[in-house]
Amino acid sequence: MSEVGKARRRKEDARLLTGRTQWTDNMQLPGMAYVAFLRSPMAHARITRVDVSATRGLPGVIAAFSGPDFADEQGSLPCAWPVSDDIVIPDHPPMAISEVRYVGEAVACVIATDRYKAADALDAIEVDYEPLPAVLDMNDALTEASPKVHEAGNQAFTWKFGQGDIDAALRDAPVTIDRTYVQQRLIPTAMEPRSVLASTDGESFTLWSATQIPHVLRVMLALTTGIPEHKLRVIAPDVGGGFGSKLQVTAEEVLCLLLTRRLGKPVKWTESRSEGNLTVHHGRDQIQHITLAAEADGRIRGLRVELLADMGAYLMLVTPGVPLLGAFMFNGIYKMDAYDFNCTGVFTTKMPTDAYRGAGRPEATYAIERIMDELAAELGLDPIEVRRRNWIKHEEFPYTTIATLTYDSGNYEAATDKALAMFGYDKLRAEQADRRDRGDPVQLGIGVSTYTEMCGLAPSRMLGSLNYGAGGWEHGSVRMLPTGKVEVVTGSSAHGQGHETAWSQIVADALGVPFEDISVLHGDTAISHKGMDTYGSRSLVVGGMAVLAACEKVKDKAAKIAAHVLECAPDDVEFAEGTFKVRGTEAGRTIQELALATFAAHDLPDGVEPRLDADATVDPGNFSYPHGTHLCAVEVDTETGMTKIRSYVAVDDVGRVVNPLIVDGQVHGGIAQGIAQALFEEAVYDADGNLLTTTMADYLLPSAADLPTFVTDRTETPATSNPLGVKGVGEAGTIASTPAVVNAVVDALRPHGIHDVQMPCTPERIWRALS
Amino acid sequence: MPRISVTVDGIAYEEDVEPRLLLVHFLRERLGKTGTPVGCDTSNCGACTVSLDGKSVKSCSVLAVQADGSAITTIEGLAANGTLHPMQQAFHEEHALQCGYCTPGMVMAAVDLLRDNPDPSEEAIREGLEGNLCRCTGYCNIVRAVRKGAQDMAVKTP
Repeated sequence: MSEVGKARRRKEDARLLTGRTQWTDNMQLPGMAYVAFLRSPMAHARITRVDVSATRGLPGVIAAFSGPDFADEQGSLPCAWPVSDDIVIPDHPPMAISEVRYVGEAVACVIATDRYKAADALDAIEVDYEPLPAVLDMNDALTEASPKVHEAGNQAFTWKFGQGDIDAALRDAPVTIDRTYVQQRLIPTAMEPRSVLASTDGESFTLWSATQIPHVLRVMLALTTGIPEHKLRVIAPDVGGGFGSKLQVTAEEVLCLLLTRRLGKPVKWTESRSEGNLTVHHGRDQIQHITLAAEADGRIRGLRVELLADMGAYLMLVTPGVPLLGAFMFNGIYKMDAYDFNCTGVFTTKMPTDAYRGAGRPEATYAIERIMDELAAELGLDPIEVRRRNWIKHEEFPYTTIATLTYDSGNYEAATDKALAMFGYDKLRAEQADRRDRGDPVQLGIGVSTYTEMCGLAPSRMLGSLNYGAGGWEHGSVRMLPTGKVEVVTGSSAHGQGHETAWSQIVADALGVPFEDISVLHGDTAISHKGMDTYGSRSLVVGGMAVLAACEKVKDKAAKIAAHVLECAPDDVEFAEGTFKVRGTEAGRTIQELALATFAAHDLPDGVEPRLDADATVDPGNFSYPHGTHLCAVEVDTETGMTKIRSYVAVDDVGRVVNPLIVDGQVHGGIAQGIAQALFEEAVYDADGNLLTTTMADYLLPSAADLPTFVTDRTETPATSNPLGVKGVGEAGTIASTPAVVNAVVDALRPHGIHDVQMPCTPERIWRALS
Repeated sequence: MPRISVTVDGIAYEEDVEPRLLLVHFLRERLGKTGTPVGCDTSNCGACTVSLDGKSVKSCSVLAVQADGSAITTIEGLAANGTLHPMQQAFHEEHALQCGYCTPGMVMAAVDLLRDNPDPSEEAIREGLEGNLCRCTGYCNIVRAVRKGAQDMAVKTP
């Protein structure tokens, strides 16, 4: 039976369940010192003096430094995505030198013998600040009168995109709907705080980091610090979640590397959660002005998007690229004649934003799925019906959208029909009508989201056309060991996704070897010599395909050797379930036996190298387009504003499924994070630019008690863009669920004349909207 | 510096500790018991949950000196003779972990929950684990795992 498709329990679990995990903060090296950072308490200020001298002689203190001490070597934190010609990429010193631009920016550091003493000594550092005005509101920031975050002004870039005649589409349209949606600022909050350990032998450097991107980090650290790339090894050991937040080149990574060089001893830094809330890049934070024009029957004519995207104080690794990833998704699954997208990136004196689960696509999907409900309400149509009238029909694939992407496959009808049946849509609508008639203080709301998204980042040519600084390929190696066991190396860097299990399933099928005979290695640039790492739901559809391609090469080579050993023509060899046989006979050799033969190498065909292994680097031909229909029923208490999710149904189409357990897990977690944006989470700054939500007591991650059990199922429309027919799944749930929940909340409140509630839809916001 | 005596996962220790040293840092950095991670600094996340004299505590909110004379069980001491505790096994079977960072605390809290209520409903599990946050799973499979762990433990100890 095929391994692909089995609900294999994960190989990763054994160490995670027994506390034998290798988190970066677990590691201790001989002579290791601890780093603590002094951070700016001001949103915007000139630094007129920093004096670390009083830390000298304090118990355990080894050294203390401020920005000027590293001015010549710390470089500027990189932005790899200069999206436009007019982009302003300000200098971003890892430790501030003359000016701070957000609360939490590193100003000085102490290195001490333990973490408590390092923290103690921060109190002895003196800093004089000359306050400058905070810049907090994007609209204000773009006015002439606004104080400037950077000398060049507060506009980071502008970016336009479109197709079709948008003016014609909007002119005299029977229905035009204008809405402004606010994507609040979020804090990604991976459960493992960031941690960095750096060490040197005087010539070579090793950096352990809780990162999603060991390979990208190595290149960027070499470019930033001047440490030669071949003298730098980056290791991502076990990493406790990322969701985009660990897709970054951070000040702390650069500085730990420089500190180990300066001090000649290993140094470790681990953030506290409150430090992390301030300084892990934030997500979302956009103001979306959407105009949708439609015919009287609900058919969409055109869509115009005017987007303001808050960059925060600096452009980090892919900060300006995040809204671009959304630019291709505002049209969703719908056909239309014209589309127009304009984006302005804005600097403010807040923590920079960057990728957070979905990165651009959740924002876009929210806008289109919210406004589709508004269109339905305007026309008196059922929200499902208005979607049916506009979506791409299954027989129309492959379909090139108004945003120029070619969706390779999909079946929106099938997913929607299945979801509606599971949800009991008609019955819930009847109950809703009844509650409305009765004037029940607890109103029922029903929300739908029929999403797709582009993931599996990405065709390198496409990234090049968008000015991204790197490619979208991935690498895999498959090495058969003399005993027939298999080592798989992947350039994709797992941090909870289950690569070790899923890749083993793929390789087990491809090579016909037992699942248990396969090990998967990743996350160390000395073991995995090239890779593009993990983000954008790319691991399986790009990294998995690289592993599969390497398997094919191994098999091709093994077939030649098998023909030689079996003394038959290569064409007479057939391969099934791990065994090469002479066609029509029982004579054969298993691939695991051949691995031993290639180790001995006593009798190989001419021109065939010893050992059975292969590398493959794969560049995807297209993005991956998972899709699905999510339905949410909420009960909103109109007297208290409290929302309770009563039921949640998701039918996702992620193509062929390698491991249904892992897919369900990804969907569950994704839905929870999307619900969190809809109902719970928001990073709040006060009028002076202080972050108020610095702890988990203030920034509300949903607990088990806040969420229902999600009812999930799948349709399976194989992708045509890769040999396994698989699609990405890591971000789909998050993309789908936010609009489904808010659509439900608004649906509950619509009889009260409410057509929007700003996220998060807290009891207070709903109560205020009602009163 | 005060001297404390504690038993951790069956091994007795006597150590001099600073009065301010948190139990979790004592476990991790002094004893090398890194199976118990730290996820926050406000006792919200529960990742550092251990059993202190049979009751679950968040070890970031306990001083090492407060544990003097106590017996502590961490996630590292839960499996017996190489066999996973039924709750660990249930988490594995039900795919109740992804990145695994919250898992040690979640498992320890779940075991403690069953001590109070050996047969909890889904709602009781959700309420009972409110103090342990997970960012990966959406909790569905954690709830299933705790149900399964409860059933398996009931079979083992009739």
